[in-house]
Amino acid sequence: MNIYIEKENKHIERSGSCSGSDLLTELSINVQTVILVKNDEIVLPDEILLDEDRIKILSVISGG
Amino acid sequence: MNCIKCEGKAIYHHHTLSLCKPHFLSYVEDKVERTIHKYQLIQKGDKVCVATSGGKDSLTVLYLTMLFCKKNKIEFFALAIDEGIEGYRDHTLDDLTTFCKKYQILIHIVSFKERFGSTLDHIREKAMVEFNKKPCTVCGILRRTSLNREAKKLGATKLVTGHNIDDESQSLFMNMLLGNMRHNAALGPITGLQQNPKFVPRVKPLYFISEKESRLYAFLREFIVHFSECPNIHLSFRSVVRDHLNEIENKMPGSKQAMINSFLDILPDLKTKYKHEKEFNECSRCGDPCAKDICNACTLEKELMGGTTGDFHAN
Repeated sequence: MNIYIEKENKHIERSGSCSGSDLLTELSINVQTVILVKNDEIVLPDEILLDEDRIKILSVISGG
Repeated sequence: MNCIKCEGKAIYHHHTLSLCKPHFLSYVEDKVERTIHKYQLIQKGDKVCVATSGGKDSLTVLYLTMLFCKKNKIEFFALAIDEGIEGYRDHTLDDLTTFCKKYQILIHIVSFKERFGSTLDHIREKAMVEFNKKPCTVCGILRRTSLNREAKKLGATKLVTGHNIDDESQSLFMNMLLGNMRHNAALGPITGLQQNPKFVPRVKPLYFISEKESRLYAFLREFIVHFSECPNIHLSFRSVVRDHLNEIENKMPGSKQAMINSFLDILPDLKTKYKHEKEFNECSRCGDPCAKDICNACTLEKELMGGTTGDFHAN
């Protein structure tokens, strides 16, 4: 799957399905600080993400 | 996971609440409207100035204030401060200008450069090296002062800010760690210990909305918000506290809300305790209320910016 991490403005690739929570744990991202978007739709961290999915990890922390 | 109200697919879950898109949007809108009514943040006859930067919280608060003001036939406008932080504020102001154009909102933009004679970028090093001041401290003081002075000049009776439950719990915790309990007495849905005719009352409609809810709302309403973090944020104590509180929230969902509820319980007592502790003087330079002879903004303007604008002497 293609994963875009907004805070770092970078794309990464990952293979194999997993839950959103597992992905965030793997990337050491606190679930409180992000919103998960799968194929342009907001999903909860318990959503299963598949290889063909486009994932965005939007940061909820911004500003100063 | 399904919405607890309609069994539709949930897009929001926190603690014990799961909501679908339509129910999440009305949950945020109802909560903000209830906050405005309960704490009398905005009333008939007010002229409302919404302090905004173009970030998610300020677009959300601007939109929700617009809904409230239109519904209740209350005059409002937006006000933005351009501190002069290249690569950050210029982007958020672009988003803000687009937003205001779309919703036909009157906007005023004033800059540190025109008001104080210099940008924040320009005095950043000098502040840190010569005066041992963090840019966030300088920025905070000058922003607050600019907002108050401009709002007052434009005839506003209320100054709306986009502070949310995350901001408030961070401030509360920071003040406790720094031993500044008096500063906590000035927190709450309406900022300040007591009314002063020289200060436009600052009010926080997003007081019970989390940063995550605000971002989600902005996304679902399709506001154009580019991710942007102030390049100076890593120098602030707030960012350390913010990360710790998010860790705690992750382990104990609802902890920020519980913290704020406990705080609101004792806030009236805190206000009573600290209300008469300090008498205000008038700044000999600009006339604003302050604790010393010269207010913090004028001191900074003199020390760092060589400012002699005298623009705000009309108080």
